[in-house]
Amino acid sequence: MMRFMLLFSRQGKLRLQKWYTATAERDKKKMVRELMQVVLARKPKMCSFLEWRDLKIVYKRYASLYFCCAVEEQDNELITLEVIHRFVELLDKYFGSVCELDIIFNFEKAYFILDEFLMGGEIQDTSKKSVLKAIEQADLLQEVCDVHLGLL
Amino acid sequence: MALKIVKGSIDRMFDKNLQDLVRGIRNHKEDEAKYISTCIDEIKQELKQDNIAVKANAVCKLTYLQMLGYDVSWAAFNIVEVMSSSKFTYKVSCSQLQLQSVDAVLITTIINSVSLPLVTQDLSSPNQYDTGVALTGLSCFVTPDLARDLASDIMTLMSHTKPYIRKKAVLIMYKVFLKYPESLRPAFPRLKEKLEDPDPGVQSAAVNVICELARRNPKNYLSLAPLFFKLMTSSTNNWVLIKIIKLFGALTPLEPRLGKKLIEPLTNLIHRALDLLYGMVSKKNLMEIVKKLMLHVDKAEGTTYRDELLTKIIDICSQSNYQYITNFEWYISILVELTRLEGTRHGHLIASQMLDVAIRVKAIRVFAVAQMATLLDNGHLLTGNMQRNGICEVLYAAAWICGEFSEHLEDPMQTLEAMLRPKVATLPGHIQAVYVQNAAKLFATVLRKQEGTTDSLAAQETSQLLIDRLPLFVQSANLEVQERASCILQLVKYIQKLQQKEVEVAEEVTALFAGELNPVAPKAQKKVPVPDGLDLDAWINEPPSESESEDEKPKAIFTKEEPKHTRPRHTEVDEKELARRREARKQEQANNPFYIKTSPSSQKVYQDQPGVEHIPVVQIDLSVPLKVPGMPMSDQYLKLEEERRQKERSERKKKEKKKKREKHGRGRRADSGPESEEDITPAHHVDIVTEEMPEVCWVLLQSGYFIPQVMSAQFLFQKSTKHKKKKQKKEKEEKEKKKKKKHHHHHHHHHHHLHSADESVQNGTVEEEEEPLPVRTWPSLLTHVYDVQGNLQDGSQVVVSVIFENKTDHFLKSMEFNVLDSLNSKLQRPEGSSPHDGLAVPFQLPPGVSNEARFVFSVQSIVMPQKLKGTLTFIVKTEDASTHEKLDFKLHFTCTSYLITTPCYSDAYAKLLESGELKSSSLKLEGVIMPFHHLLARICFHHHFSVVERIDSCASMYSRSIQGHHVCLLVKTVSTRPPYISSLLL
Repeated sequence: MMRFMLLFSRQGKLRLQKWYTATAERDKKKMVRELMQVVLARKPKMCSFLEWRDLKIVYKRYASLYFCCAVEEQDNELITLEVIHRFVELLDKYFGSVCELDIIFNFEKAYFILDEFLMGGEIQDTSKKSVLKAIEQADLLQEVCDVHLGLL
Repeated sequence: MALKIVKGSIDRMFDKNLQDLVRGIRNHKEDEAKYISTCIDEIKQELKQDNIAVKANAVCKLTYLQMLGYDVSWAAFNIVEVMSSSKFTYKVSCSQLQLQSVDAVLITTIINSVSLPLVTQDLSSPNQYDTGVALTGLSCFVTPDLARDLASDIMTLMSHTKPYIRKKAVLIMYKVFLKYPESLRPAFPRLKEKLEDPDPGVQSAAVNVICELARRNPKNYLSLAPLFFKLMTSSTNNWVLIKIIKLFGALTPLEPRLGKKLIEPLTNLIHRALDLLYGMVSKKNLMEIVKKLMLHVDKAEGTTYRDELLTKIIDICSQSNYQYITNFEWYISILVELTRLEGTRHGHLIASQMLDVAIRVKAIRVFAVAQMATLLDNGHLLTGNMQRNGICEVLYAAAWICGEFSEHLEDPMQTLEAMLRPKVATLPGHIQAVYVQNAAKLFATVLRKQEGTTDSLAAQETSQLLIDRLPLFVQSANLEVQERASCILQLVKYIQKLQQKEVEVAEEVTALFAGELNPVAPKAQKKVPVPDGLDLDAWINEPPSESESEDEKPKAIFTKEEPKHTRPRHTEVDEKELARRREARKQEQANNPFYIKTSPSSQKVYQDQPGVEHIPVVQIDLSVPLKVPGMPMSDQYLKLEEERRQKERSERKKKEKKKKREKHGRGRRADSGPESEEDITPAHHVDIVTEEMPEVCWVLLQSGYFIPQVMSAQFLFQKSTKHKKKKQKKEKEEKEKKKKKKHHHHHHHHHHHLHSADESVQNGTVEEEEEPLPVRTWPSLLTHVYDVQGNLQDGSQVVVSVIFENKTDHFLKSMEFNVLDSLNSKLQRPEGSSPHDGLAVPFQLPPGVSNEARFVFSVQSIVMPQKLKGTLTFIVKTEDASTHEKLDFKLHFTCTSYLITTPCYSDAYAKLLESGELKSSSLKLEGVIMPFHHLLARICFHHHFSVVERIDSCASMYSRSIQGHHVCLLVKTVSTRPPYISSLLL
């Protein structure tokens, strides 16, 4: 099971975080800081997997953004790497050649995409098509809501 | 004042939405904290308002701030409040926030008390996306209380009509199980059901959940193994496959039988992975990858898998003309290391690589020769495996390389001595032949060295050595060896005579082998410019008139007058034309019954080796690790290569720096990026002909190569017995006809008391031999062999089912079945019985009754048809007396009895045909009148073939022997003539 997923920039700014287990706020902050340091210090040619505390960290850098997942010991690193990539593919499909700014300004969308793809630390749907369809539907729904809001 | 407040609130209301906040934070990089604290103040104001939209906006902003690491727990209550709104967008952000704030006990209780009704309300919402959001939110903050209260609701959702909800419900169920384990038992059947959900999303979610559960407690999930196995073999979703394989990893220790079942699908996966490797290699990672593969080779348990790895290694290394090899010394060492593999069947492949590299990479020859000399020196270690295409094949390459490039040898005398050891005579003939020839080359080199030092005595001794040792080869059963040996022996004798007269002969002897073999690209001829004044298109003679018949074409004149043009393929003929001709030629050959070679490998059948198997072989225990002194470990090259690259890199860096200095830092970024492929320069200057495999090499490879002796293509040789069936016999060899006519023959021979089986000949027959005594009173006991079947589990066993039918009017009992064992085939008898004991047939036969008995035979070699003589003794009981009787019979094990129907895909089949490792022969059958499809069906049924592809009246068929030989069969009908069967066997 995936414990958490972080997206942060090369400058060490957290762009997105998703925790699948209950963790105290203080611990979260500490873990994020520590992990960012570890990952950012790594050279481009180094392995994408590392052991950290009792977890396995799988990260991959896309442009200026690091996607970093923590999985449990028995989990498969390669499939986690695939999960990251699939998530990036989904973002890319949704935003159309996604960039860091897209995620900064539409972070709730990014969250939503992630929620449709992963749930409780497990892959919810491996099909890109069905995830995107769900997001599309949700967008439609929100537009209707926004119209209501506008009337208020 | 009031207006001001209103205005202010409106301002605030539309003042900052989330986008503004984000933009604002980005614009206040210097005083971010300060800016945010004002924002938080604003948010606090917003939260105090009644307008839910404003509150929602505030919560959205909070979500963002919280992500940035600011504490927002003070707003928990407001957040839950907003969550109760039915507006979709708020909930999205809320569920985000919920999970982030779940830590605080206070908040948890709030959530528990407040969100439960909200969530339950949402769970039953008519809108699937509302429900979806509720589930997503819930997934992040399931508490034991929530789990207990919601378990049944979620369970109901698992059967929701919308797959979208179903999959979410399935996943959240896992969280519920964790927090409230009691829910697992009632929910499990439904969860199991979801494994076979029509929606792939739901299915993969269920697989995920069960895999996770099973990992915690595998024992309880063993019963699901068959279901998972089915999923594994049917699913194409890699994500799911990975999970399932992981799960099996947890299950197999508990259920050993699973391991066996998993072998096949998993090997398929491994093969796919190996294929991936092929495309993955680059100059940089080749050594690393091969090193890993070598480790696997060492660890591999099955010979087949090991061989597979071996071919992959060679494939990977040799692909696109050794494009990725930067250090050939390393490659040679890898090849040498591979020779230490026990029981490999790819000696030939390794040998051809050695030859190829040594011939084409000039710089490597010194090294290669040294390595090969060591191999020859330790040749006895490799001869343990004398099976066809065994590892001893590399000695062929070793001998040739040492001979051809003997000038690089450090101690040619020692190598010469090694090549003339008596042990060599146990090697396969074609290798001996190469040994003899190259011993002569070495002799020349040795002479040169020795005469150079004016030590004429030593030179004479060398000659004497050859004269002493060569007679061994002159006696060889192999023609090639014999011929070469006697020729060279005479030559050496003559040389010795000259030496005794103190004549210097070295120069002249060397001249025998002068000239170097150069690799030539197959298309090289095309590059030779046509000399001036030569018009290749012009007719040398006027073309013969149309009316002239084919055979009168002036072939002789053509060759005589223009010998240069004897190889017409070098003239300017375009590819298409060539292809067409090739096709036509093939067609012609195929139609020619006397032409038995149809596969590409046929040219390689140069020396036929009738007796390889019969050469007495001393088995040498190879279990002792072969740490041969002087043999390098390929690993060291990895290190060396690293160092070399490092050095190169630093040198390059230096240069780069210099350049930089010169160009004021305008050089390219020196070492920041990863090294690119082109940057790696090969360690050896390599003479690689960039087109295809050089022709010369081909010729070399073809000329001496040994094509394994394989099963002959004869299907069934049913030798008839003492009856005068001679006439039939011929026909019988033509299997189809035999089948057809069988009935008739038997009718004709009814006057014999005993006759051979009718329809069942296909797989071997038991024929009753007529007794020498002319008149027998115990006539028609008809014995059939219905089947000789290979045992899949054991490549060395066949089961013979015999049906006994009593055609007498008397009771038969105490039947005993006995077969005279041959070296190759033995009847399996119960332990403790002598090899001459018969086996009791476990039944008696009343008149007119038939019954079947099975006998197991162990067979060593399956590449030859077998005939076993046997006797059946029985007691015949008549009213007044009983007599002891005996019947002689013969058992025929034909080659096809060892085949096992195995399906084969056409692409794999094509590969097999192209591999060039098949030996071919063909057979023409006449008088077959049955329809083609009928014929195919018969071959399939009786000979265990499967049809790979059928086009009109041609069909390709495939089968495998119990020992894993591939058998390819091509059947075609030649116009009105009978089917023409050619079979390729590996």
